[in-house]
Amino acid sequence: MASRFGNGVVKYFKDNIGIIIALLAMCIFLVIFPTTRTTFLTPNNMFNILRQNASNLFLATGMTMVIILGGIELSVGSVIALSGCVAAGCVVNLGLPEVVGFLAAILVGALVGMFNGLIICKTDIPPFIVTLASMNIAKGIALVYTQGAPIRCMTDAFKFPGAGYVGPVPTPVILMVIVFIIAALIINRTQLGRHIYAVGGNAQAAQFSGINVSKVKFIVYTYTGIMAGIAGMVTASRLYSGQPTAGDGAEMDAIAAVVVGGTSMSGGSGRLGGTLIGVLIIGVLNNGLNLMGVDSNWQYIVKGLVILLAVYVDFIRNKKAGR
Amino acid sequence: MSEQYLLEMKGISKSFPGVKALQDVSLQLKAGEVHALLGENGAGKSTLIKVLGGIYHAEKGEIYIEGKKVEIDGVVAARHAGISIVHQELVLVPYMTVAENIFLGREPGNKMNINRRQMSVEAQKLLDTYEMNINADTLVEKLTIAQQQMVEIVKAISLNAKILVMDEPTSSISDKEVGFLFETMRSLVKKGVGIIYISHKMSELEEICDRVTVMRDGQTVGTKVVKETSTDDLIAMMVGRELTNYYTRDYLEPGEVVLKCEHISDGKMAKDASFELHKGEIIGFAGLVGAGRSETMKAIFGLAPHMTGDVYVEGKKVTIKSPIDALKYGIALVPESRKEEGLYLVQSVKFNTTIEILGQFISKLRVNSKKEEEITQKYIEMMNTKTPSQEQVIRNLSGGNQQKVMIGRWLATDPKILILDEPTRGVDVGAKAEIYAIMNELVKNGMSIIMISSELPEIINMSDRIYVMNDGRVTGCLDHESVTQESIMQLAAK
Repeated sequence: MASRFGNGVVKYFKDNIGIIIALLAMCIFLVIFPTTRTTFLTPNNMFNILRQNASNLFLATGMTMVIILGGIELSVGSVIALSGCVAAGCVVNLGLPEVVGFLAAILVGALVGMFNGLIICKTDIPPFIVTLASMNIAKGIALVYTQGAPIRCMTDAFKFPGAGYVGPVPTPVILMVIVFIIAALIINRTQLGRHIYAVGGNAQAAQFSGINVSKVKFIVYTYTGIMAGIAGMVTASRLYSGQPTAGDGAEMDAIAAVVVGGTSMSGGSGRLGGTLIGVLIIGVLNNGLNLMGVDSNWQYIVKGLVILLAVYVDFIRNKKAGR
Repeated sequence: MSEQYLLEMKGISKSFPGVKALQDVSLQLKAGEVHALLGENGAGKSTLIKVLGGIYHAEKGEIYIEGKKVEIDGVVAARHAGISIVHQELVLVPYMTVAENIFLGREPGNKMNINRRQMSVEAQKLLDTYEMNINADTLVEKLTIAQQQMVEIVKAISLNAKILVMDEPTSSISDKEVGFLFETMRSLVKKGVGIIYISHKMSELEEICDRVTVMRDGQTVGTKVVKETSTDDLIAMMVGRELTNYYTRDYLEPGEVVLKCEHISDGKMAKDASFELHKGEIIGFAGLVGAGRSETMKAIFGLAPHMTGDVYVEGKKVTIKSPIDALKYGIALVPESRKEEGLYLVQSVKFNTTIEILGQFISKLRVNSKKEEEITQKYIEMMNTKTPSQEQVIRNLSGGNQQKVMIGRWLATDPKILILDEPTRGVDVGAKAEIYAIMNELVKNGMSIIMISSELPEIINMSDRIYVMNDGRVTGCLDHESVTQESIMQLAAK
């Protein structure tokens, strides 16, 4: 058992060696660079990076499955806004306990996910268009519901999932670990996980193999919706408020993390372990640029270039390996 | 040089990391001949053609066209040299018209203003020259595969090709369409074009080819005049040994009826098919492409939502609404087109073998990897699949080995009834003989097999009984002792 675990770790490093080196290189640079030397490698900053990127990891686990499935999910950013507003709204406007607000947020995510899944399975409309539509719808509902103004909610219980601590560890970091383990189990240790790869690799063949293709798609989009709901809850909690503009562009960060992590946009192959590194690369990049005092407008440009470079290096490596 | 060749390739060598794909290969093509290029998958035919087409660059060797040495360092150079290749996978743009496809990239008129009328008229003229019954303004997606192939050929000819390479053009078209294709080829040859023809079908060689060059393991084995050789000789040259039993079949006394199907229809192509299958039997389904054979089997396998008719498995009436039901009743279907309906191309041999029996080794968030490897190994050995490892991405295997993995996948479900739809399409002779031997072994052990095939020799030599279909209906059933190609063709056209 111990040796199999050892093998697993070795395989993990082998599979992801390119991006692991990229991540380490970035970290080493930040440890050496004069203005970040003292600020980057502190426990505080490390937790900061994890906390700020918790939402992205939630989204990216779902997005990995969606992309392996050969689809795409653009509505997750809007779901962050909508579910966060619903959570805050439940507490502030309806006087419900915070827990109910959080569950409502997750339910909103699940509903949007089911809506996406249902339309994608029942019609031939491509996922890109379905989720582009639901992205706008969810965002619209959030704006209508809040009339464009944030719903502030300052109770301690509301702050717990996003800004609280369990012992010395921030709550979102704990959630990250739990979510990642669940996703890893689904992808690597269930029949559903194999079916996701099969449907993404060749949906027609999957049908011949007796796989219920629609069911697999429905479950994956619903799961991703739930993850977006959790991300919405954590984001609202961290901001002490439900904001109709929260999560703007979050879907793009999630997609970036997935592709940087080595998952192919053409479906059928990909690694959740890579996605984890992808999330960290984007997190460290954002954090590093901030610490270095790079102007936020310039940050976009740097981020774009880094994504392109990371994917290109991985592409070359795979081509050499003949994959 | 005693004779002026249209094309002469001399001492071509090409290697890829770890593999010598071509080693000192030579080929001579005369003007006005159809020259077959024969060899098992992996023998180097495609690599040689890619060198000729300028896609690969050979490390060693020379190419002469009409006695003059030419340097082919790219696709454009090949085209200038008068070489045109009709690939196995068609490369037409489906949403454009035939005319637009033929003139793609060299449209008449100027850049900003294409003269569509002229383009259409000229394309039609070309099509008519070769008596192809195709309208130049039709969208390519509306054409049959054979028609698309002919458009490819016209396109090649319109580029003034002197040397035409055709890579397995008949692998997915019906006999009637093959006839048209051969007529076109003959009229081209008369005009002095040289054709290099790649095919796995021996019967076609005798019909259309003048000479044949056989390749094995990246080397030329020899060139022969087709009329002066026999199929057995060629097969021996290809596989490097005598294949004593090409078809292996021990006929046994069939057992009770295991599958009985009555009035099967899918509301489209399958209209009214009835047949029965006995234990230990191989029944063949013959017919032209489009006769509804595959559709009938798909309906039985639960893949036709509007299926009507009755299915009895071992005497009991069953309702099959999805492949899951079919597998439950012990029916397995190995589909016709490997790439579209069967393979997970980016995944490993292991993944492809075990995808239908995940329940046997994945449960309660545990994957029993050892068991998965054992199962995979069992079917690799049973099918004699040649793969470097279980982790090998299946895309990199040859057609024959891919097919073996596919059959293994469905055998792993432990079926009583195995439906094989064109089990040897695109499979080289050596692997074909192996697949026949395995089929024979399976029925001896009590399995029952339905085989759909468009290759008459295969269906005649392997089946106990042969059902012939036309227009979605079974038009007759022939016994293996009395069957002839003619009797099948008569029923197929009925």
